[in-house]
Amino acid sequence: MRYLFALLLSGAMGLLAEPPSTIAIRNARIFPVSGPAIAKGTVLMRNGLIEAVGESVQIPAGAWIIEGESLTVYPGLIDALGTWGLPQQQNQQGQQGQAAAPAGLPPIPGLATPTVAPPSGPQDRPQTTSWQKAADLVSPGDRRIASARNMGYSTAAVFPNRGIFAGQGSMMQMAGEKVDSMVVAPNIGQYVAMRPAGFGRSFPDSLMGVIAYVKQIYLDAGHYSLAKKMYAENPRGMTRPAYDRALEGVLESPRLLLPANRAFEIDRYAKLGRELKQPTVLYGGVEAYKAAEMLKDTPILISIKWPERARDGDPEEEEDFRTLERREKAPSGPAALAKAGVRFAFYADGIERRSDWLRAVKRALEAGLTAEQALRALTLSPAEIFGVADRVGSVEKGKIANLVITKGDLFQDGAIQHVFIDGMKYDPAPEPPQGPPGGSPGGRRPGEGAEIEEVRK
Amino acid sequence: MRIAILLAGIAAGLAAQTVVLQNGTIMTVTKGTFKGAIVIKDGKIVEVGDKVLVPTGAQVIDATGQYIIPGIIDCHSHIAVESINEGSVSVSAMVGVGDNINPEEIEIYRALAGGVTTANVLHGSANAIGGKNVVLKMRWGKDAEALRFEGAKPGIKFALGENPKRQGNPTQPGQRARYPATRMGVEDVIRDAFTEAKSYQASWKEYEERSKRGERALPPRRDLKLEALVEVLEGKRLVHAHCYRADEILMLIRTADEMGFKIKTFQHVLEGYKVAKEIAAHGAGGSTFSDWWAYKAEAYDAIPYNAAIMHKKGVLVSLNSDSAELMRRLNTEAGKVMKYGGLTENEALAMVTINPARQLEIDNRVGSIEAGKDADLVVYDKNPLSVYAKVQKVFIDGTKYFDRDTDISERNRKALEKKRLLDAEKARQDEQKKQGMPPARRTGE
Repeated sequence: MRYLFALLLSGAMGLLAEPPSTIAIRNARIFPVSGPAIAKGTVLMRNGLIEAVGESVQIPAGAWIIEGESLTVYPGLIDALGTWGLPQQQNQQGQQGQAAAPAGLPPIPGLATPTVAPPSGPQDRPQTTSWQKAADLVSPGDRRIASARNMGYSTAAVFPNRGIFAGQGSMMQMAGEKVDSMVVAPNIGQYVAMRPAGFGRSFPDSLMGVIAYVKQIYLDAGHYSLAKKMYAENPRGMTRPAYDRALEGVLESPRLLLPANRAFEIDRYAKLGRELKQPTVLYGGVEAYKAAEMLKDTPILISIKWPERARDGDPEEEEDFRTLERREKAPSGPAALAKAGVRFAFYADGIERRSDWLRAVKRALEAGLTAEQALRALTLSPAEIFGVADRVGSVEKGKIANLVITKGDLFQDGAIQHVFIDGMKYDPAPEPPQGPPGGSPGGRRPGEGAEIEEVRK
Repeated sequence: MRIAILLAGIAAGLAAQTVVLQNGTIMTVTKGTFKGAIVIKDGKIVEVGDKVLVPTGAQVIDATGQYIIPGIIDCHSHIAVESINEGSVSVSAMVGVGDNINPEEIEIYRALAGGVTTANVLHGSANAIGGKNVVLKMRWGKDAEALRFEGAKPGIKFALGENPKRQGNPTQPGQRARYPATRMGVEDVIRDAFTEAKSYQASWKEYEERSKRGERALPPRRDLKLEALVEVLEGKRLVHAHCYRADEILMLIRTADEMGFKIKTFQHVLEGYKVAKEIAAHGAGGSTFSDWWAYKAEAYDAIPYNAAIMHKKGVLVSLNSDSAELMRRLNTEAGKVMKYGGLTENEALAMVTINPARQLEIDNRVGSIEAGKDADLVVYDKNPLSVYAKVQKVFIDGTKYFDRDTDISERNRKALEKKRLLDAEKARQDEQKKQGMPPARRTGE
């Protein structure tokens, strides 16, 4: 039965006029995450939602059945921060400042491109595309979306990541014919990166300049909403507040994402978030192992791409004590956070192969994180951090039917059999061969700090 | 392990109990030099003298043959921050170096090992009006917030001459020119910025008056750049102005008088000896180098007597480093004014202790060894104005943050630990090679 099913669905999904609307996985081991594990039980999905979970679930007639004797069912994994589906060169205009022409618009014939002065202060909204939404930028056909699924991700917090105020993230399903149907939540936060322009080029060209800009933007946003409110109450006798899309984008973002790898960055940006009175989520977390105390009220997204010596680095380079220590201890961060009760989630940060993913997660497990804690950081915790835990993140009645099903343990070389997304079954493709060293073509990944070069005077 | 326990014991003990430094030569700077003892309680100096009583239960540190001075204060530094120059604009008053403190910067420890306990960390000099400063205590091991000198008056960097006008004269093809390109342009930028600041100040006053009258009014937009300049106008923020030449120093004094603000210190001020009377009349201080010049055209007309001449003409003078390296030996920088200018030992020491404290308006807390002040103290093995002197111990708020003996005894352990980390990394790499290597990224370091 199972083989027939697999043959029909995985091999010939496109040929089926109607995918099955009711699917049951029975006699499987289930990790709902929201509750205790079920040694042997059934998950029933109908019309893209989880209809029932438990040891004894009545399977309706006409349901397609997967025999789960050797299978384990987990919630679909959620990548807490990624660029899955985003065009690799998107958001170019963000680099030039607001005045440059929006990408994608054809040049107007007969009109010379105006030379735009580089940003000379916060008022020019440098490197800001806060109004952009990932949901509007994702292309469902991007091959990287399939890579995400192959690693067990059913869902991802996708964020534009170019510029300082890069734009708004969206919680996206990692499958869908059209982008509209992939969106779980269109606006889950504003991605901010500390990314100065080169020295002397344009404002801001220093880290403190970026920080001052972020502070000024939130002051401006507060003033802007006050002016709009007063104007809406009574426009007579009042100068009309100028429309500002940069501030609109910031104001409609429910939370702020700030980068923080070093412990002092975690301390600094958690405090900055409090100063700005914004719900803040940090990302990076390399030194989380010594920063749990600073994260009592601030969730953090941890990159599982643990720091390592650059392969093409100078082998003679004398590295300092702290760098070496950081590389050894970074994978112990999650365990330290779990122990301290800090809310954290994992993001793949450019890892695109299950074998690399597994090696990365295992290092956190070897450093003291339990499998249960790791699973939570890959499912319910990111859902909670981004305010979508009522829809995704656990195997619960009424939630979206996102599941990952393995033969064996997810964290112990168990092969991923199926990934269900909105109740639709996807089977992982064979792992692509190892690419050349140097990484993905995606350029800078979210969470990767900009190199800051300073001219000291 | 044994060392760790021992260290923990010392740290805990020092924080909690009364400490007495006795039998040392105490150079108080403000109250003379004598052999005696210092009693420290709760981070403060409670008694200094040649006949103090040792409270029972106090931890006694014998300083026989040693010299104790107040913690050195560097009035011009750029350490412990991740960026220094916002070089894109001619007025960068919206930024502050205090926003990007790196409390793990090793330069803090090195400064500490050189007897520095407080530093005025300034923005760079790429702008006519630069960013906000931060005054730090070298509390090595503490977080960014705890490094701040609590209650220190805020300040801002100004810069005159070549640095702020350099970007107006681009040397690279395709490089964009930034106004100003001349010294008169620098003057214009400052005047223009304060004109704008006054208008901003007036718009807030108008708003406050209108709201007081109960009128419906939208408050002005808060502007971080202009706010800082209004604080300067209101005397709430100290101006530290980078300068070299006599003419530009006079220019800034006139502009400040015209716009209605004060210069707290002229920094570098290598030609200060030419206009010392004018500087003193404005009420400004001078923070200069002992004998460092000729690194650019505007720094040629300098003399090693600058500090002594300014001092004798009534200028409050300090000696600064502007360098993480020079910062470690400001004690001998001070010694040079005894040779060049014939100042006394006490006058020399004052230039790196109480004088910079006064320039930063923190002299109620630090800068001399007096009862009631913070227990920021440096113990040397020899007279600190001698090149043979080595720092033995440094206390900040009564807590020992540097101990030469501990530093030396720890080196071996740290070297071993580093070797272990390197070996472990090698093992991880070998393991990965066996499994087929994933691409390594440049770490977020």
